[in-house]
Amino acid sequence: MKTRQSPAVKVGLSISLATGLYGVSFGALSVAAGLDFAQTMALSLLLFSGGSQFAFIGVIGGGGTGAAAAGAAALLGIRNFIYGMQMNAMVDPRGWRKPVAAQVTIDESTATASGQLDPVEQRRGFWTAGLGVFVLWNLFTAVGALAGDALGDPRQWGLDGAAVAAFLGLLWPRLKGKEPAAIAVVCALATVLTVPLLPSGIPILVAAAVAGLIGWFTHRPVPQGLEPDVEPYAEPYAVHDAEHMQLPGQRPDAQSDGGTGVGR
Amino acid sequence: MSLWGWILAACALAYLTKLAGYLVPARWMKNPRMSRVAATLTIGLLASLTVVNAFASGQQLVLDARLGALAAAALALALRAPFLVVVLAGAAAAALLRLAGWG
Repeated sequence: MKTRQSPAVKVGLSISLATGLYGVSFGALSVAAGLDFAQTMALSLLLFSGGSQFAFIGVIGGGGTGAAAAGAAALLGIRNFIYGMQMNAMVDPRGWRKPVAAQVTIDESTATASGQLDPVEQRRGFWTAGLGVFVLWNLFTAVGALAGDALGDPRQWGLDGAAVAAFLGLLWPRLKGKEPAAIAVVCALATVLTVPLLPSGIPILVAAAVAGLIGWFTHRPVPQGLEPDVEPYAEPYAVHDAEHMQLPGQRPDAQSDGGTGVGR
Repeated sequence: MSLWGWILAACALAYLTKLAGYLVPARWMKNPRMSRVAATLTIGLLASLTVVNAFASGQQLVLDARLGALAAAALALALRAPFLVVVLAGAAAAALLRLAGWG
C-alpha cells in the first residue's frame, strides 16, 4: 500500500494542519501575556504540549508566579504519561527513536495512532501526526508571536472552534455501539461537573480515571467501537463493525497484512 | 528563579513525564484487560478534551461560539465529511458566530 493512500497518514496530515494553525493563537497570546519571542518558542519547541503551554502563559498573563505557571503546565501534562505507556506498547520505538517519540507524544499523535487497528498504520499515524504537528505548531507559533497584534484576536478566525471540531472528529468513529457512547457521556459529564471545582487539567484526569476504572472492571472481549478505525466511511458499517468484534491480538490478519489498511 | 528558569523547569518536567511513560514495560500493556483499559481511556480522554475545549474557560463553564463549532462539527461528521472538512466546519462556525456578534 502506498503511504499516500494510508488512512492514518491522511488523518495525521489533517490534524497536523488543524492543530498547527492553532499555534498562531498560542504565539500571539504568549507575547500578549508578556513572554518574549525566544521564551514563546522555547515553550513550543521544548514543552510541546498545547494544553500545558496555554496553561503556562495563562497563569503568567493573569499575574501568577513562574512556579504556579510551571505547576499548572505539569498538571496538564500528566496525561502524556498515560499516552507514553500506550504508545510505547503500540508504536514500540527503538534506540534513538524512543526519546524522539516521547517528545511528540501528545493528544493528537496518540489519538491518530490508536484510531488504527493495523500496527503499520498505527506507527504511520503516530509519526505523521506527531512530527507534522511539531513542525507546523512551531512554525505557526513563530508566525503568531511575530505578527502578534496585527492578527487581532485569533479567536475571530475560529481557531479555537477548529480544536473543538478536531477532538470531536477523533472521538466520533469510536462511538459506534451503546457501550462506547455511554463511556463518552459519563466522562463528558465527569468533566463538566469537575471543571468548576478543580484546577485546569485535573478534570481531564478525573475523566481518564473514570474511563480507566470502567475498562478495568468490565473486563470482557472488546465490543464494537472500542477498537475503531479512524476512517469509518470506507465501507458499509455492518462489514466494518463485524471486524471489530474481535480483540486486536486475535485478528488473524493484523500482523501479516503488511500495511494493507484495515477497513479498506 | 527567573521566568526563563521556570520555563525551562516546565519543559524538563513535561519531557520527563512523557519519557516516563516509555519506560513502563510494553508487556504490562499487552494483555486483554489492559487493551480494554487503553480503549476506554482513549474514549474518556477524547470526550473530556472535547468538553474542555468546547465549554471550559479556565475554571468556568461558558456557552460561546465554540458551541456552534461543536454543532457544526457534529453535523459534518453525521454527513460523513472527511476529517479536514469537519475541522474547517468547526472553525468557520466559530468565526461566523463571532462575526455575527455572539460569543
